[in-house]
Amino acid sequence: MTGVLPRETLIFTIARLLEGVRLVAVGAASPIPAAGSMLRRALDEGQRQVRLSVLGSVEHNFFTNGSAELFDSAGQGRLDAFFLGGGQIDGQANVNLVGAGDYPQSSVRWPGSFGSAYLYFTVPRVILFREEHSRRVLVEKVDFISAPGTSPKGVYRPGGPVALLTSKGLFTFDKTRPGFTLDSVHPGHTPAEIAEATGFAYDAPAATPNTPQPGPATLSLLRGRVLTELAETYPAFAADWRRDLAALAA
Amino acid sequence: MQADLRAMATRIRPGMRIALPVDYAGVSMAMTRPLIEHGAGDLDLLCVPTGGLQVDQLIGAGLVRGVETSAVSLGEAGGAPRFNQAVKDGAIRLRDATCPAIHAGLMAAQKGSPFMPMRGLIGTDVLRHRDDWRVIDNPFAPGGDPVVLIPAIHPDVAIFHAPMADRFGNVWIGRRRELAAMAYASTEALVTVERIVEHNLLADEMTAAGTLPALYVTAIAAAPRGAWPYGLWGEYGTETDELIRYARAARTEAGFAEYMAQEVPA
Repeated sequence: MTGVLPRETLIFTIARLLEGVRLVAVGAASPIPAAGSMLRRALDEGQRQVRLSVLGSVEHNFFTNGSAELFDSAGQGRLDAFFLGGGQIDGQANVNLVGAGDYPQSSVRWPGSFGSAYLYFTVPRVILFREEHSRRVLVEKVDFISAPGTSPKGVYRPGGPVALLTSKGLFTFDKTRPGFTLDSVHPGHTPAEIAEATGFAYDAPAATPNTPQPGPATLSLLRGRVLTELAETYPAFAADWRRDLAALAA
Repeated sequence: MQADLRAMATRIRPGMRIALPVDYAGVSMAMTRPLIEHGAGDLDLLCVPTGGLQVDQLIGAGLVRGVETSAVSLGEAGGAPRFNQAVKDGAIRLRDATCPAIHAGLMAAQKGSPFMPMRGLIGTDVLRHRDDWRVIDNPFAPGGDPVVLIPAIHPDVAIFHAPMADRFGNVWIGRRRELAAMAYASTEALVTVERIVEHNLLADEMTAAGTLPALYVTAIAAAPRGAWPYGLWGEYGTETDELIRYARAARTEAGFAEYMAQEVPA
C-alpha cells in the first residue's frame, strides 16, 4: 500500500511532536491528538514509558481525583504535553475559545476557555491543533484572549506553545520573536496555498519541505493497535477512518 | 414525575446559586424537569467546571440570571443553542472562567478559606473581565511574581447524580471527586441515584473510600437512568443521538418548547 490518508499524516505528525514525553493529556473532542498520543506510546513501548490521559476514556485515563487532577498534575510539572484548539489563533499564538466580535455579547459564541488559561502557562509542550486552515481561524489578532501565546518577564510561565498543526501544514513557534515559522507542508498542499489561507504573518524558508509520512511499520501500528485503542473513546471517528482505509484499498 | 424529585426541587428558591457537574461526572438530568416545573428563577448557575444540556435547558426555560463557567457545549452534538442565544441577546450575566479557577474557588470554600491563589491567567481576557478576582504579588517571592486570587465559591445547592446511595444517606461517588468538592462547598446537596442499597456503604472499606458521607447530603431520591441522555460512569453510556436531536430542536425557542413538552423515557 502506498497511500497515506491525510488524517494519518496529522496523527503521525503529532506523534513526532510528542517525542520524549512522559505524560500527555488529551482534552474533549480530540480524536486526532488522542490517536497521535496513542501512536507515541506504541512507538516507545519497551524503551520508555509514556503515560496517557484521554478525557472521556475509561481505559486510557488513570486519574482518580476528579476533573481537578489533570490541572493539579500540570501545576506540579508532571504534565509534559497538551493540545489546544481555538476558534481563532493569531500570529502571536494567542488563543480565543470564547467568541468572535465583542465580549460578552459575542456575535458568534464558542463554548469557552476550558482549562486553556491555566494549561497554556503550565504545560511545557502545548501543541496547537486546528484542522481548519483559513483566514477566519488564523487571524492577525484574536478578538478575545483565552490564553496568551507569550507572557512578559516576571510572569510564572514554564509552559506555552511549541507548534501549530493544521490540515495544510506544520508551523513551529518561537517565543523569543514571538512568531510562527512554517516548518513543513502536507502532501497535496503548497506554500502558496498556505500563505493565501493564513491571516497572520509568519516566517518561511525559501524552500519548505514536505511533512514526513509514516513508514510501513508505523502505518501498520497506526491502522492496527492505535485504531483499535481509539475506537473505545471515538467510535464514530474510528469507523470513518476504517471506511477511508477500505476506499484506499479498493 | 416522581413525587420525591418534585419535593427535592421545592428546596430551590429564586436567586439561589446552584452548582452543577460536567457532562461526564454525573449530571442529574432527572432533576431538570422538576426544577423547571417548580419554576424558581433568577438562578446563578455554577458549572463545575463546564456545562451542557442541563444548563442549556434551564436557560431555555428562563430560570437563569447568571452563569459562571469555563465552557458550555453539547460536546459531539455541537454548541449549546439556548445558552448561545442568551449570550447573543445579553439575557444572562456571564462569568467566563477557566476550569482550575472553579476548582480553586470550591477548594477555598471546602477549606473555609477566603480565597485560593492560582497560577496562569495573567494577561488573559478571562481575568480582565473578572472584577471579583484579584492579582497580588506572591508575598513569599523576593519581588514581583504576580499571582491570581480566586475567592471562595459558596453555592447554595449542589445537584448531581451518582450510581448508588445507602439508606443512611451516604452516596457512592467513586473517583468523581469533584462531586465531593461541590457538596463540601455548598450549603445543601440534592442527589439522585440509580439505586438505594440497604447496607451501609461506610461499613466496607472498599466502598467507604469512594463514599460521600451523609453529613454533606441533604436529600436523595432514586432515579434510574437519571443522567440520561448523558451517561453515568460504570453504568451506561451517553446517547449522543438524543443530544443531537435536542441540539437541532432547540435552535429556536419554539423548537425548544416543543422538545421540552415531550415525555421523557423512564
